[in-house]
Amino acid sequence: MVTSQTPNSQSSQTSPVLEIRNLCQDFGGLRAVNNFNVTLNKGELIGLIGPNGAGKTTVFNLVSGFYQPTFGEIVVNGINTANRKPHQVNALGVARTFQNIRLWNEMTVLDNIRVAQHGQLNYGFFHTIARSRFYQRREQLVESNAMKLLDIFNLKNYAAEYPKNLPYGTQRKLEIARALSGQPRLLLLDEPAAGLNSTDVQELIRLVRWIHSHFDVTIWMIEHHMDVMMELCSRIKVIDFGETIAEGTPDEIRNHPAVITAYLGDDNI
Amino acid sequence: MFKRYSIHTLLVSMGGLLIYVAYEEMISLYILSVLMFMGVNIILSTSLNLVNGYMGEFSCGHAGFMCVGAYVSSVLGVWLFAKDKVFGPPLINPDYALYLFPLIILIGGFAAALAGLLVAIPSYKTRGDYLAIITIAANYIIISAIENLDSIGGSRGFMGMKRVITAMEDIAYLPWMPIWVFAFTIFCIWLIRRYVSSTFGKGVNAICQDEVAAEIMSVNTNKIKTITFMVSSGLAGIGGGLFAYILGYVNPGSFNILKSTEVMVMVYLGGMASLSGSVLSAIFFTILLEVLRPLQIIKWIVIPLMLIIVMQFRPEGLMGSRELSDIFPWMKRFYRFK
Repeated sequence: MVTSQTPNSQSSQTSPVLEIRNLCQDFGGLRAVNNFNVTLNKGELIGLIGPNGAGKTTVFNLVSGFYQPTFGEIVVNGINTANRKPHQVNALGVARTFQNIRLWNEMTVLDNIRVAQHGQLNYGFFHTIARSRFYQRREQLVESNAMKLLDIFNLKNYAAEYPKNLPYGTQRKLEIARALSGQPRLLLLDEPAAGLNSTDVQELIRLVRWIHSHFDVTIWMIEHHMDVMMELCSRIKVIDFGETIAEGTPDEIRNHPAVITAYLGDDNI
Repeated sequence: MFKRYSIHTLLVSMGGLLIYVAYEEMISLYILSVLMFMGVNIILSTSLNLVNGYMGEFSCGHAGFMCVGAYVSSVLGVWLFAKDKVFGPPLINPDYALYLFPLIILIGGFAAALAGLLVAIPSYKTRGDYLAIITIAANYIIISAIENLDSIGGSRGFMGMKRVITAMEDIAYLPWMPIWVFAFTIFCIWLIRRYVSSTFGKGVNAICQDEVAAEIMSVNTNKIKTITFMVSSGLAGIGGGLFAYILGYVNPGSFNILKSTEVMVMVYLGGMASLSGSVLSAIFFTILLEVLRPLQIIKWIVIPLMLIIVMQFRPEGLMGSRELSDIFPWMKRFYRFK
């Protein structure tokens, strides 16, 4: 949580939170991501945009370990994530949300947050059976972490509710809370404003900014709402057909000819 | 104080009553054996519910693991404590049978848990229908392997377990089988409840609902799957071991796909991911089987028909994913079901 966050090594101070070098991903004959490079320093909040099918979510899937890259390196806090499973990448401090909300709908809101701390339980099967003192301590910690988080996110009233019964905007919020429950150092937000109305979008902007300042976390987000990106991100990367076509501050991106071409098409057509 | 220990009181008095009526022979041997099969069925249905209900995989080879447990504990028991044509004189003084019997059942369960790896390892990459096919294959592999092991009787079966029970009764005359069945049934429910109610065990449910999200949200899905399959098959092995000792005779044919189906019917009847549902439906189903006994083979038309009706009108099973306490809230005062 906010207070218990400790950068665990000195290397994390010096090395960037995330460094991607020459990342390529092939799906059969299709190169979904080509030669992608990015460096996220501690405390940054940057954006990734691109037309539909540009490969944005693929990049997130690669970073979170869901795909193994065809080529290239992903380094999280100085550790290469090659051949690591998603839960191991998560243990390095990478958490994410999903484009289409993927909460565990048949579990209560509280359990959603609790299970997302699975990697930090540190006890095994036999502890659960014996209900050892260690187990009790861990469970209490997980529970109190979860309650604290729900409190911060104003979701405490929903603790015993099932996520499927919550309004859409609240589900989005819960998914972000769940991602934060593992105390990540890098938070990947995959279109957090998708499907939200304008009031909710304004609330989301406030929420992300607030998370960025209160949690010791670096944020990388994909979003189609340009106003969200313009407000929040210090830097935006634009990709199209897997290729990086532009990079810069929101104002630079807004007027970048390659970006306008990618989104609106060429004059010659 | 009373409320806190009410479930313990209830169980102890139930067990005490059972032992008393069995000891005084107030109920016929027939009813006693039905009660014991009830216990075995509870073990089987709750343990299968762990995979089919809580984890959302579709295992239809549960009887295979039961078979491993049954054979391992039977052969071990007979080899150690009874005079047998194949194994010769008892290896250990039969006086120890009483103390080592639970250990033998647990070893059978452990062997079945290892056999569970046969399904657990393919489950890393496979799921759904494909894994269901693997579980059927596992069931057949186990049965065929034992059918071809001539030293333990092959397809003729294996017997001699009654002598182990006699050895136990020689030391202290008590109805040992009802006692052990009761104890292991409680043990099984206790173990599953502790597992699924912990945050660690809730990872099982997370896999059921969204495996990708579970893996990305730090749940080591392969580890959880391995543990869950092993616990489930291990408990089935315990159930199988008890089954073998109750009957006093096992043959591979009694652990075929029909037996697996029978267990599945109990799970689906009771409700997915409902422990109390599984227990209740196992009790109900055992009684139903006995009531329908006069119908003989026709009961296998009536029971699947019942399954069709349940699937039509209550596809989530009688209890759904609810526990007894969700239906009768007053029970919460005495026992936390979840």
